Amino acid sequence: MTSLAPGSPNPAGAAVSAQPTSQAHGTSAHAADDHGGHVDARLFGLATFLVADGMTFAGFFAAYLTFRAVNPLPADSSYELELILPTINTALLVISSFTFHRAGSNLRSGNQSACRSWLLGTVALGVAFLAGQMVEYFNLPFGLTDNLFASTFYALTGFHGLHVTLGVICILIVWWQARQGGRISQHDHFGLEAAELYWHFVDGIWVVLYGILYLL
Amino acid sequence: MTVASPTDFEPQGLQPQGWLKYFSFSLDHKVIGLQYLVTGFIFYFIGGALAGVIRTELASPISDFVSRETYNEVLTLHGTVMIFLWIVPVVNGAFGNYLIPFYVGARDMAFPRLNAVAFWLIPPAGILLIASYFVAGGAAQSGWTAYPPLSLSTPAIGQVIWILSVLLLGGSSIFGGINFIATILKLRRPGLKLMQLPMYCWAMLGTSILVVLSTPVLAGTLILLSFDIIAHTGFFNPALGGNVVVYQHLFWFYSHPAVYIMVLPAFGLVSEILPIHARKPLFGYTTMVYSILAIVVLGLIVWAHHMFTSGTPPWMRLFFTIATSFIAVPTGIKFFNWLATLWGGKLALNSAMLFSCGFIINFVFGGITGVALAQVPFDIHVHDTYFVVAHFHYIVYGGTVFVIFASVYHWYPKFTGRMLNEDLGRLHFLLTFIGFNLCFTPQHWLGLNGMPRRVAEYDPSFTTLNQVSSVGALLMAISTLPFLINVIWSAYAGEIAGDNPWNALTPEWLTASPPPVENWLGEAPLVTHPYDYGIPEGKIDLRVASGADLWFGGKR
Ligand code: HEM
Ligand SMILES: [Cu+2]
Repeated sequence: MTSLAPGSPNPAGAAVSAQPTSQAHGTSAHAADDHGGHVDARLFGLATFLVADGMTFAGFFAAYLTFRAVNPLPADSSYELELILPTINTALLVISSFTFHRAGSNLRSGNQSACRSWLLGTVALGVAFLAGQMVEYFNLPFGLTDNLFASTFYALTGFHGLHVTLGVICILIVWWQARQGGRISQHDHFGLEAAELYWHFVDGIWVVLYGILYLL
Repeated sequence: MTVASPTDFEPQGLQPQGWLKYFSFSLDHKVIGLQYLVTGFIFYFIGGALAGVIRTELASPISDFVSRETYNEVLTLHGTVMIFLWIVPVVNGAFGNYLIPFYVGARDMAFPRLNAVAFWLIPPAGILLIASYFVAGGAAQSGWTAYPPLSLSTPAIGQVIWILSVLLLGGSSIFGGINFIATILKLRRPGLKLMQLPMYCWAMLGTSILVVLSTPVLAGTLILLSFDIIAHTGFFNPALGGNVVVYQHLFWFYSHPAVYIMVLPAFGLVSEILPIHARKPLFGYTTMVYSILAIVVLGLIVWAHHMFTSGTPPWMRLFFTIATSFIAVPTGIKFFNWLATLWGGKLALNSAMLFSCGFIINFVFGGITGVALAQVPFDIHVHDTYFVVAHFHYIVYGGTVFVIFASVYHWYPKFTGRMLNEDLGRLHFLLTFIGFNLCFTPQHWLGLNGMPRRVAEYDPSFTTLNQVSSVGALLMAISTLPFLINVIWSAYAGEIAGDNPWNALTPEWLTASPPPVENWLGEAPLVTHPYDYGIPEGKIDLRVASGADLWFGGKR
């Protein structure tokens, strides 16, 4: 780490200096709670959290795939899953990612009421997904503890369903804040962006889950 | 360089003052760091008392001091407390929270509130875990690994509480990891480049990446395990068509990286301590950084070396043997970098330095037995014997715990504004070093000769060496007395430290001791060359301390 030319006795840009910068507290993390003036790392933090959350799913997926490879399904055909409902559900979630995106772009262009409508549309799609999931649960020929496949099926879809439920609640909060004005507006849309990032994540996880659970 | 003195600063109302602040939901990274440190030490003494029970029981070949069930509970609690409530929170949470904002030139962590939440998850989790000893059936008995089917057949309540507690601690660790990554990558003072950061930042970045990638897998696995216990699903229950080996894979996917979560921060801390007390720049900064990154990548793909006897197929054994052996390369690079840092330095043989040197010696020994264990033919012989116990204690105790002590001696002046007593410190080191080696060296021999681990009774031919080991443990227990006396007495009567008693260049020393609420009264200093020591003692001028002129200092 010796970067200075030999022979420079007292180099400019000394290693330890206390040069004052132009702004009072600069961009250093000044009491990181006030959001004025310092780097906003919240979306970055959320993305890191979603990586962690994604690893939980990755662990479940790895367990499921290993179970599939090593502990084969029971011979009878009751474990063939019905495909129509989950496929409709997949479509609902994918569409909801687009509706959420529309909500965001409307907010940024200042169209608050359109933004709120798109948010409600997204909530409706999410709730429809959850309802579809419930219908599927009640029509399945197996229960949680019937066998390894059944347990894994419920664990994976249930854990994902929890995420969707949480997402729906978050969108409702964002919608409420947008309605009140104030916390969500054209110039302050962290809440909306955070919920959107999370929602896309939950959608992405579902697509993988659909692939390995229903199609494979 | 203007350095604040404590008197001209009154941080009114920003946080509770005095002792009270250490019990409050403080958002100050320094308070949170010390909260982690003190809490960690409390659990260290609890875990140490449990170790005392283990070594007392093992002083004789029959199960006489405690019952077999109690022995299993004590063993499980000891491992869990030491890993999840002592090592991980202290090397990550305590020193990380205290030092990282200084090192990146920030006034706090990126998410102070999340930081406080992460800390406050720890006391309830710890109390829950200890309390499980008193519930019906007692605490968990299946070891810190909680392997099924054992963990499915031992008393259920204790096991479920164990899972809950580990989930809380895992959550705390993940929140901490997210905070460290965001702080190091996003909150750096303008003008400070990544390759100018003190090494501990790199260590914490690597560690936090491992935390974020691997801890969630453990959480998911333990949730499935709790389903097996509570709802009688069969994920890991062979009787219900489940698969125990899948549990082992998932568990070790976390728990091998976990050993690096416990030791990488220690690598970082020694890398801060050695240059200061050897008055030389850290040798091989760049190779050190790349070694850390290599360890992070390799650390994620070696887990099955814990499973060579779990019916692992030959190709898998081969792959994991090779990958594990490779990890010795970056680790060796770091080892030689530390030696080269010491080489020809003006060593101050104070307590911080002695504990750091103890770390180097113990760690290389544990590393060599680790490489030996990675070789399948050898591992099949000694797996689940005391050889493994000896190996990981050389790493975790001889390595990380020694570094924690070195760090306390090194940073105590910054924490409190007072110096620790050196005579007591050296006595502490001597007793710890002798006690530690007396306790764990014989266990290599015991393991090689087939003494299984985790059993309260053993073949009488192993008695003498077990007694030697127990005497070593007693010495280790005694060694904490001078330490405890020292930290408590010095807090009131220690010599006043001043801002920078070690003449150090890293930014935490360029402010008052203890530092003001927002770390510096003025602008954060821009330290681009944190290790440029080398001019004769006393001639360091912190305003110009920089670059090659310091490195060649008096000689040119
Ligand atoms: C970096 C710090 C290290 C720590 C904290 C550590 C810790 C541990 C722990 C806790 C265990 C036993 C786990 C159990 O069965 O309950 C273990 C086993 C093992 N370690 Fe390490 N270790 C470290 C470094 C290494 C290195 C550098 C290597 C090889 C290059 C290595 C190779 C092994 C192997 C192969 C085993 C399995 C032994 C067996 O169960 O038969 N370890 N280590
Ligand atoms: Cu390992």
